[in-house]
Amino acid sequence: MVFKEEKLERIEKEKQAFEARMEKSRQKRPEQRELFTTGSGIPVKTVYAPDDIKDLEYLDDLGMPGSFPFTRGVQPNMYRGRFWTMRQYAGFSTAEDSNARYRYLLSQGSTGLSVAFDLPTQIGYDSDHSMAQGEVGKVGVPVDTLADMEILFDQIPLDQVTTSMTINAPASVLLAMYIALGEKQGVSADKLGGTIQNDILKEYIARGTYIFPPKPSMRLITDIFDFCSNHVPKWNTISISGYHIREAGSTAAQEIAFTLADGIAYVDAAIKKGQDPNVFGERLSFFFNAHNDFLEEVAKFRAARRIWAKIMKERFGLTNDKAMMLRFHTQTGGSTLTAQQPENNIIRVAFQALAAVLGGTQSLHTNSMDEALALPTEKSVGIALKTQQIIAYESGVCSTVDPLAGSYYIEALTKALETQALEYIEKIDEMGGMLVAIEKGYVQQQIQDAAYAYQRAVESGDAVVVGVNKFQIKEDNSGRELLRVDPSVGVRQVTKLNAVKAGRDNLKVKATLEDIRKAARDEGTNLMPLILEAVRCYASEGEICGVLREEFGEYRENIVL
Amino acid sequence: MSERKIRVVVAKPGLDGHDRGAKVIARAFRDAGMEVIYTGLRQTPEQIVETAIQEDADAIGISILSGAHEHYFRTIIDMLKERSAEDIIVFGGGVIPENEVPSLLEMGAGAVFGPGTPTTESIEWLRKAVEAKRAKEVQS
Repeated sequence: MVFKEEKLERIEKEKQAFEARMEKSRQKRPEQRELFTTGSGIPVKTVYAPDDIKDLEYLDDLGMPGSFPFTRGVQPNMYRGRFWTMRQYAGFSTAEDSNARYRYLLSQGSTGLSVAFDLPTQIGYDSDHSMAQGEVGKVGVPVDTLADMEILFDQIPLDQVTTSMTINAPASVLLAMYIALGEKQGVSADKLGGTIQNDILKEYIARGTYIFPPKPSMRLITDIFDFCSNHVPKWNTISISGYHIREAGSTAAQEIAFTLADGIAYVDAAIKKGQDPNVFGERLSFFFNAHNDFLEEVAKFRAARRIWAKIMKERFGLTNDKAMMLRFHTQTGGSTLTAQQPENNIIRVAFQALAAVLGGTQSLHTNSMDEALALPTEKSVGIALKTQQIIAYESGVCSTVDPLAGSYYIEALTKALETQALEYIEKIDEMGGMLVAIEKGYVQQQIQDAAYAYQRAVESGDAVVVGVNKFQIKEDNSGRELLRVDPSVGVRQVTKLNAVKAGRDNLKVKATLEDIRKAARDEGTNLMPLILEAVRCYASEGEICGVLREEFGEYRENIVL
Repeated sequence: MSERKIRVVVAKPGLDGHDRGAKVIARAFRDAGMEVIYTGLRQTPEQIVETAIQEDADAIGISILSGAHEHYFRTIIDMLKERSAEDIIVFGGGVIPENEVPSLLEMGAGAVFGPGTPTTESIEWLRKAVEAKRAKEVQS
């Protein structure tokens, strides 16, 4: 920032006098806390002034939106051109029920789809597997074969929506099914738009739906990068996620650092396979949390963009601006929502969503008020969607880009988060990179320590959770309408699966599975075309992953307490 | 005479990967002087019951956020009966709707701790439950 030297000196002097006065007044009237910090523990001053950002250079550190280092946003005019995609994560019970929910959401104004799969599907098990017992359809939709996808997207033209699929270890299979579905609808792969989460490293760290060990998992991921670069160019091949890392208890700086360190590992892996980061870089995307500390969250998103752009330019030597941009989806922090007084969650989500918008997100999911109790009802997800629409159409914040830029506090905090995050990234580099850091348990330990510290803060009353440890009321939530998954869902899904298996060309399926097995053994062969062939024949996800499990083995958790 | 430490297995049955709560409670139990065996993810009911018996545990704490609580509580409790280990206290927490808690208690669960429960509450409850269990053992 351009401040005349003498003016700065006068401001600094005035500030020192202010601090001295404040110190005196604190003796007489203590403040509410001895130390004020952000939600992540960064100390917060009484007031910020020009001297706090005297080293900030507008063009180098901020730049215009849409220009390196993209601190202010990845598009020049952001929401003036187009709002973020209102993309509500949804799925439960059956493909039919989930399809109805998707069509409801689209009719209510959501502008993109987001598929939640059940746990067996996320972990590569068919609905009839012993490990699937009790779990079918509970946290998302069960998808065993292409037949389920056909039902899931009934009356939804794939050339008119973009779809994000939260699927990681078996991402290749679900992407193949989506492509095969497009073929059936007459939509060629090069027209398909969407995202697969496909981020295995955070599964090992914080989410738990891994299948295979790291090496073959990275191979599957880079196979997808390459396949999409050539055949599905509008597809976001990965959603490098910090959301879950934050949900597991990390601080904001750790959320940035561990996410971007994962990103570095993926870029490294693809480069090692001979891929061009200027090409695949354009289709990397990210996924962050929108947590409680409003201003820290805005600063976090800005810091993340700046750090990633510099990593891509300086560390990896990219020359394509578009491949340096950190484009991201955001979800409001589920773990901040309470089972007590669920209506309060509507307000929490509203603030969190606003932080994401002021932080320049490309896509947003807002949680429903019954988050801590069950999957959302139609009513509660409606309110969550309206929250986004009210921000977009009524709040006025979308009329200009990055409105909080230049705030002394916001810029100082952006810088502080950037500095902290870079320290973590450097530490991980020294260990030998993210894969080593995960193996050593370093990342997991950091997260757990932060989670435990937070729990202690809540139990001591130092951290207030309204309605939980302060301002409690006696409640009776027994009459509350909640979404329930019918227990017969599992049995019905197995019946469906058996019908598909009976009706398909089983010899052909067997042959495609053998082709996958052979290809799995050869790292130089891209598995995607073979998986695509198998799903076209209605091979099941469990069958495909079963072969891969046999060839690749299974990941064994590194238990870090 | 020194009191034998409470031994508790903290378990994650099934496919649910949400382990923040389980790890926090395991650590809190440990800090409260208990001996804790945390199973890690993807445990089958067989594995959980086997671990509890092998480790001579007083209690099993089941953490489940995936909606499969009815299945896992029932299976684990039934298995403990089959193996004549029903003196092992079963309790748990996670995302379990309030109106589904009574049926878990009826099955034989000692307590279900919902979101927002302070760790001190679970620790206190477990201490009392183990005390009562040991008192019964002495009598029999």
